[in-house]
Amino acid sequence: MSEIVKVSGLRVTARNEMGEEVPIVHSADFSIKKGEVLALIGESGSGKTTIALALMGYARAGCRLAGGTVNVAGHEVLSMNDSQLAAIRGKKVAYIAQSAAASFNPSKRLMDQVVESAMIHKVMSRIEAEAKAVDLFRSLALPDPDNIGQRYPHQVSGGQLQRLMAAMALITDPDLVILDEPTTALDVTTQIEVLRAFKKVVQERGSTAVYVSHDLAVVAQMADRIVVLRDGEIRESGETHQILNAPAHPYTKSLLAAIAPKQRSVPGLEVRAAQEHPLLEVRGLYASYGVTKGGKPPKIVLDDINLLIPRGATVGVIGESGSGKTTLARTIAGMMAPSEGEILLDGKRLAPTLEGRTREQFRRIQFVFQNADTALNPHHSIARILGRPLEFYHGMKGAARHKRVLQLLDLVKLPATVTDRLPGELSGGQKQRINLARALAAQPDLILCDEVTSALDTVVGAAILELMAELRKELNVSYMFISHDINTVRNICDEIVVMYAGHKVEARKRDAMSLPPFHPYSHLLVSSVPSLRQGWLEEVGGRTPSSLPPLVAAEPLRGICSFLGRCALRVDGVCNRLPPPRQMLDNGGSILCHRAESELRHIQSPLHLVEENVA
Amino acid sequence: MNSAAMNPTARRKPRPRLSISGAIGMAIVAFWLLMALIGPSIAPHGVGGQIGDDVFAPMSAQYWLGTDYLGRDMLSRILHGAPYTIGVAFAGVTLACTFGLVLALCAAANGGWLDHLISRVMDTLIAIPNKLLALIIVAAFGSSVPLLIVTAAVCYMPGTFRISRALAVNVQAMDYVQSARARGEGMFYIMLYEMLPNMYRPVLADFGLRFVFTVLLLSGMSFLGLGVQPPHADWGSLVRENIIGLSLGAPAVIVPALAIATLTIGVNLAIDALSGGKRRGSEG
Repeated sequence: MSEIVKVSGLRVTARNEMGEEVPIVHSADFSIKKGEVLALIGESGSGKTTIALALMGYARAGCRLAGGTVNVAGHEVLSMNDSQLAAIRGKKVAYIAQSAAASFNPSKRLMDQVVESAMIHKVMSRIEAEAKAVDLFRSLALPDPDNIGQRYPHQVSGGQLQRLMAAMALITDPDLVILDEPTTALDVTTQIEVLRAFKKVVQERGSTAVYVSHDLAVVAQMADRIVVLRDGEIRESGETHQILNAPAHPYTKSLLAAIAPKQRSVPGLEVRAAQEHPLLEVRGLYASYGVTKGGKPPKIVLDDINLLIPRGATVGVIGESGSGKTTLARTIAGMMAPSEGEILLDGKRLAPTLEGRTREQFRRIQFVFQNADTALNPHHSIARILGRPLEFYHGMKGAARHKRVLQLLDLVKLPATVTDRLPGELSGGQKQRINLARALAAQPDLILCDEVTSALDTVVGAAILELMAELRKELNVSYMFISHDINTVRNICDEIVVMYAGHKVEARKRDAMSLPPFHPYSHLLVSSVPSLRQGWLEEVGGRTPSSLPPLVAAEPLRGICSFLGRCALRVDGVCNRLPPPRQMLDNGGSILCHRAESELRHIQSPLHLVEENVA
Repeated sequence: MNSAAMNPTARRKPRPRLSISGAIGMAIVAFWLLMALIGPSIAPHGVGGQIGDDVFAPMSAQYWLGTDYLGRDMLSRILHGAPYTIGVAFAGVTLACTFGLVLALCAAANGGWLDHLISRVMDTLIAIPNKLLALIIVAAFGSSVPLLIVTAAVCYMPGTFRISRALAVNVQAMDYVQSARARGEGMFYIMLYEMLPNMYRPVLADFGLRFVFTVLLLSGMSFLGLGVQPPHADWGSLVRENIIGLSLGAPAVIVPALAIATLTIGVNLAIDALSGGKRRGSEG
């Protein structure tokens, strides 16, 4: 077997603010055999994308390829000039970027863009290239492969765009394909389709590929070998099964530990709620964007949501993008007025908008934004960010306030020295801790957490979750935890609410988290989360049917199941005619579905076995 | 992750350092501000002092900057003109920026009908050509220094409003402003402490630009005889009234032009340095 890629002693440097050159990749050595998929894995800032780009002889602005050799398919990439590089880019080496949406030109048809590199390098005629593109569309399982090329980028979904980008890269049959976090921006249910398509096409064509990712579980499905990076250095490299099962380097072990679901011993709730009011109650909440115009109803984002959050409990809300989970939190916080329904705090009705709420009510419900980069004012020092709620809600001033700021920093495990820094001078994990500390400063009863770990690296995110679980014990706060990642939610929540297209399709208790019956959508979600095993992707392929049961076309009725279009368990004549009932389940949860509990349990039971094996 | 933060050497308090161009800009602005204050009192001659028959005289020991088209001492003319040009332009543009900014903040932070009302009124003003508007105001109310300041402010406020509002709309959609809202903060706090600090950089740059425009507007007005009234003159009118001297190579036309140029360049250099503060870290 010949080596397609050979990298030795690769060094990349970047220029910092002072104008000094600092190394960001130290002496990387690895090689890839023909037909092999190599994964580069690491946290943000580990140099994985930098190395991947170096394979194309490219360094981002401010960076410099400082030394070593990179040999790709017989070309010494680092000693080539720009025109020589242009000749191999897109022909010998192709690149699939993280965000396909940002990589396509919105004003050109997809076909023109897919065949573009074949045209530039003149490897085939336009007609041949188009025929080949259609072939690729078919292998990538794109709908309507013959005509999809005539559409514009905004007319296809994000997952489809990512696959079209793969077609664009593969059109010239490159010797090496570089995939840079190609599924990170996608929902899990979409990710699985894209991964399956990538895997199939890579196997069919025997492509050699570099797969860059931060997600070990995804990499486990795709790669033959894994290179683990940290701070620009290769920490470990080996066969995929060795890295997963017998990691040698402590850092690899910590990465694996951060992913493996850890059962936290969160004490069960005392059943106090029976006599008291629950902390927060949401009754029949509706919300919509836009106003009724000429008989056209506005876009409904929340549809009849009922929710109870007992004191000290953690309720997880999951769903894919567009399911209305963030809108729910914003409505509870008063940032958006519901069109119907009410929100009760301790049995007392909250005003629908910010104007009608008292400062005490504001204090008791705190909102933690997803992205700490934008949630902290870049011109305010940390002391000021944390001090403001103390002054605003508790009237603290001077030394007392300063003392409390230090206590808060201690609570979120940050040193006191950060007080006079600006948010821009902290790392992502530190900023998220400040974000959390600001909410805690109010001494709230309920914290609404909107995807607080999504923007963070796995290890850092796990540490934040750990901290939140600890604080909950110490301070007896309740959390409403919004996430798209069922794994995150599963381990810290007492109850999970699953949302789909504005409906609450399922609620389930902590002890029944991973056992069927599930709502068909929750089942799809649960079985789409990549598992940290090789071969999972193939296994799951058999479990989620790819073809849906046929439906006799029905007039669109108001109130019928919103998941109908994607449901593998739909029943013609029932699901498309009647609104689904809310069924109470034996496990204490409820689902919005026509299918009987016993039926669902029977159909979904293979999942049970699989999940048991993992644990 | 925490080790870096706890390391005492990592903790630094960067002092805002002025770049060379910034220092030059500051020096020029400081010099002209000083001249605006004390210029008239150190001028060797009175403002209209007819001191000789020598028209468009070159620079000499007696007349440092030559004489103008009526034989008046150019140095004195410039020094007497400084308070008009600098004072009126500064006051006018400061008023314009302040009002524009305040209205923009109100419009962006409140949204809804107030935003619509303010924006439409400003759109109406912006639709009228600046010079024309200024002429109408002066024709209606007569020419005086306070009126010139108000005129400049009215003419340039819609522009600053537009820019500030665009900025404010972006800033108020940021999570930290939303977060302050969810905390229950009042509108005033949000505008002043959350939004304003994230806006003043481009607003200051805009200030510098408008300052130049105002100087030009004033000289235009003076040229038409509606600005500063003779024998007083601002620098713009000094250029205009001595324009015939151009063919004679007289310093009388070049010196006031140079004064305007140095002032506007100085203001822009100083503002670039002020607003592009160094303490910014990764945000760059």
